[in-house]
Amino acid sequence: MRLPWQWLLTITSVASLSQAHASSWNMPVGVTDTSRNIFGLHMTIFWVCVVIGVIVFGVMFYSLFRYRHSKGAKAARFHEHTSVEVLWTAIPILILVGMAVPATATLKNMYDASEADLDIMITGQQWRWRYEYLGEDIAYTSNLSTTREQIRGESERDEHYLLDVDEPLVLPINRKVRFLMTSDDVIHSWWVPELAVKQDTIPGFINENWVQINEPGIYRGQCAELCGVNHGFMPIVVHAMEEAEFETWLEERKEAAEQEAMGVDREWAIEELMARGEEVYQSICSSCHQGEGQGAPPAFPALAGNEQLINELDWHLDRVINGVSGAAMPAFRNTLNPVEIAAVVTYTRNAWGNETGDTVQPATVAERIAQ
Amino acid sequence: MAPKLPPQHSLQHSSSAVAGGQSQEGQSHYPHAAQPKGLMRWLLTTNHKEIGSLYLIFSLTMFFVGGIFALVVRAELFQPGLQLVEPEFFNQMTTMHGLIMVFAAVMPAFTGLANWMIPLQIGAPDMALPRLNNFSFWLLPVAFTLLLSTLFMPGGGPNFGWTFYAPLSTTYAPASTTFFILALHMAGISSILGAINIIATILNMRAPGMRMMDMPLFVWTWLITAFLLIAVMPVLAGVITMMLMDINFGTSFFDAAGGGDPVLFQHLFWFFGHPEVYIMILPAFGIVSAIIPTFARKPLFGYASMVYATGAIALLSFLVWAHHMFIVGLPLTAELFFMYSTMLIAVPTGVKVFNWVTTLFRGSISFEPPMLFALAFVVLFTIGGFSGLMLAIAPADFQYHDTYFVVAHFHYVLVPGAIFAIMAGVYYWLPKWTGHYPNERLAQCHFWCSIIGVNLTFFPMHFAGLAGMPRRIPDYALQFADFNLLSSIGAFFFGASQLLFVLVVVLCVRGGQKAPAKAWEGAVDLEWSVPSPAPLHTFETPPVFHRAQSHD
Repeated sequence: MRLPWQWLLTITSVASLSQAHASSWNMPVGVTDTSRNIFGLHMTIFWVCVVIGVIVFGVMFYSLFRYRHSKGAKAARFHEHTSVEVLWTAIPILILVGMAVPATATLKNMYDASEADLDIMITGQQWRWRYEYLGEDIAYTSNLSTTREQIRGESERDEHYLLDVDEPLVLPINRKVRFLMTSDDVIHSWWVPELAVKQDTIPGFINENWVQINEPGIYRGQCAELCGVNHGFMPIVVHAMEEAEFETWLEERKEAAEQEAMGVDREWAIEELMARGEEVYQSICSSCHQGEGQGAPPAFPALAGNEQLINELDWHLDRVINGVSGAAMPAFRNTLNPVEIAAVVTYTRNAWGNETGDTVQPATVAERIAQ
Repeated sequence: MAPKLPPQHSLQHSSSAVAGGQSQEGQSHYPHAAQPKGLMRWLLTTNHKEIGSLYLIFSLTMFFVGGIFALVVRAELFQPGLQLVEPEFFNQMTTMHGLIMVFAAVMPAFTGLANWMIPLQIGAPDMALPRLNNFSFWLLPVAFTLLLSTLFMPGGGPNFGWTFYAPLSTTYAPASTTFFILALHMAGISSILGAINIIATILNMRAPGMRMMDMPLFVWTWLITAFLLIAVMPVLAGVITMMLMDINFGTSFFDAAGGGDPVLFQHLFWFFGHPEVYIMILPAFGIVSAIIPTFARKPLFGYASMVYATGAIALLSFLVWAHHMFIVGLPLTAELFFMYSTMLIAVPTGVKVFNWVTTLFRGSISFEPPMLFALAFVVLFTIGGFSGLMLAIAPADFQYHDTYFVVAHFHYVLVPGAIFAIMAGVYYWLPKWTGHYPNERLAQCHFWCSIIGVNLTFFPMHFAGLAGMPRRIPDYALQFADFNLLSSIGAFFFGASQLLFVLVVVLCVRGGQKAPAKAWEGAVDLEWSVPSPAPLHTFETPPVFHRAQSHD
């Protein structure tokens, strides 16, 4: 927290360097043509308001000062004037038409998602984002990577506090990327200010948006629609790369995905499953069931010491694969791959005193999903 | 249609009709000899002034309850990190703050003012339907006790925002949501009954000779507001009933998995919600249109255009709802339609602001507390209007939407808008209600503290929103820290200064400088023809309305 004198310093420095600091007080100009157009509209309408405000408040404060009762002002009796009234109805209409024309053009352009070079499916989930590169066999989830200790103030907050993820969305610059957006549970909203893309993700429906980024860089945003308890903790990070670099990244991801797919058929040792399971648990499950499996009843049941979970392997697998209808537990059938499901189920069955000794093999999970 | 008065009345006083219409004997003769005392008096009262007071006291109480919720939110947002409350409780606080302020503070305050002042301003002896009036008030404490009790239920109270979007408020809602629905149903019935009563009173009980276009603007704006209430409250009732069915009876109105549509919820909610916004501001326009001419000692400029502008705003309010939904994925044509219709609202709203300013021009202006609040209303409401115009630009809304810029916008129109107008009205009519002027120095202190507090709280939110801070988050990235620090300091300052308001009101009820019937030099409307304090029963014989008091 800042001290008062630091505050004064901030204010004066911002005032003197308002250009340099503009982005922290104002809408970012952004890195797409759309974001620049929107910024232009924003500044235009802002200055229109400023001019109208100066005139209206100017007349008002002049009157308040000039026609004070205490200075013996005598009130006039006029109470209507048709031509003035017509004039101040007509002028605002003209100003509004003047604003509507560029706004319409910008909006039309924003709605034209045709002829995209790359399609990405964005799925909102309580409380993470899933990105699927359509036609490329690449899909992964992106989770908040800010630690619990930072949130609780037990360790220093880093520069990108609450705006950092384990796996960013990687996009090429100079290519038109179409987003298809939906949700697995409640309504979320995918927003990156510097890309000027904000679109609700709605369960059961697919929304469309697009972006063409002009400059490489890392752009951060957040979920903008209240989506439950961790709404404030599902950031978005976009890593925009040069096209060649993006192609390399794409190839590496594909190879990694193939490796993982081959892993389904082999037998996994419990240590391997536990290690992988802990990673998956901490990134996916712990936001509800908590770090030590203690849960947050009644919405999020405890997993540590959960009798039904310990005794019924089949029930446990079914819950993770198919979710619980009408409750917060999503189906992970399409979100996690068989290796991840097998690992996390094995992990929860053997961590925090749940000493079942069970291992679940990826092949078993794949079979269950196929049924 | 004349109201049915106790027969002995009209006999006794038919000859004593004076402009003020006040029977000389006061109230001692009134036939209700065995009036209940104590609590029963207030439970059973059918008197518009007593019911008006009940509404106002209820509203003030809820203003503090909702205010404390807001301070919990602001305390958690004082600095980054989670310190005081868990996100789950934080969400309940933001939700309850919104619900309480909208449905239990602002709306009942306007209904209370309507109860007190509409009969006095049109020369009627009471509201048209006094027993209904009693019922519509007493629904409120029941409704909001029930709503507040959900905070103590297992799973907690509503945590899905005051806009309660499905499916967060249905499939994923806490168990207490059914109680929330019942509470909202009761509040809605109360509003509808109140609106029916106001319409019946205004249309049937005006003093002989008072035409519609002679009515004070507070009466006009409330008449239009009442029609809005009757039009949209059933839509709210419908949408929460559909939620009730989805939650408890297995329907799928808002569940895509069952063939429903979550966006349908938003269309229905905002078809209620946007007119609701004007329900909370039109009566404020009426109050300000009474106060500014009084203290400028000059007739209101453009009375007729004020009436037409209010009507135009009310009609347009039914055509703009989807500007709350610019980013849900509406088709382009819908975006364009709602963008244009929303921009159009700036025209009649602008007319009103220009009229107020022109009323001031070449007036003879003094700055009593009601005037201070009314002037602050004009300036700060207009600032809220400017940000509203910015939000209307659909492409720009893709950046503004669901950020603190929106929070700043609607707090500017609701706090220094609706709430300042209510306070202006209270200061304006307190001499009529209590027979005493409010303490000038304390009231001025309250004004200046409120002005500083409100701007310190809400102005930085514009910047936080533009810089990218989403709404309804319990913790935020470090670049928003300075704005939030300022807002939190402002909020606590603003909250504390409202205790001064209570002090002024209490002192004014107990004593103070005596006020004559016409408490303000420039006041013209009928309420200033009855004594101060207004006796329990006024205008038992209709006054004769003089055209000279008229507005044109």
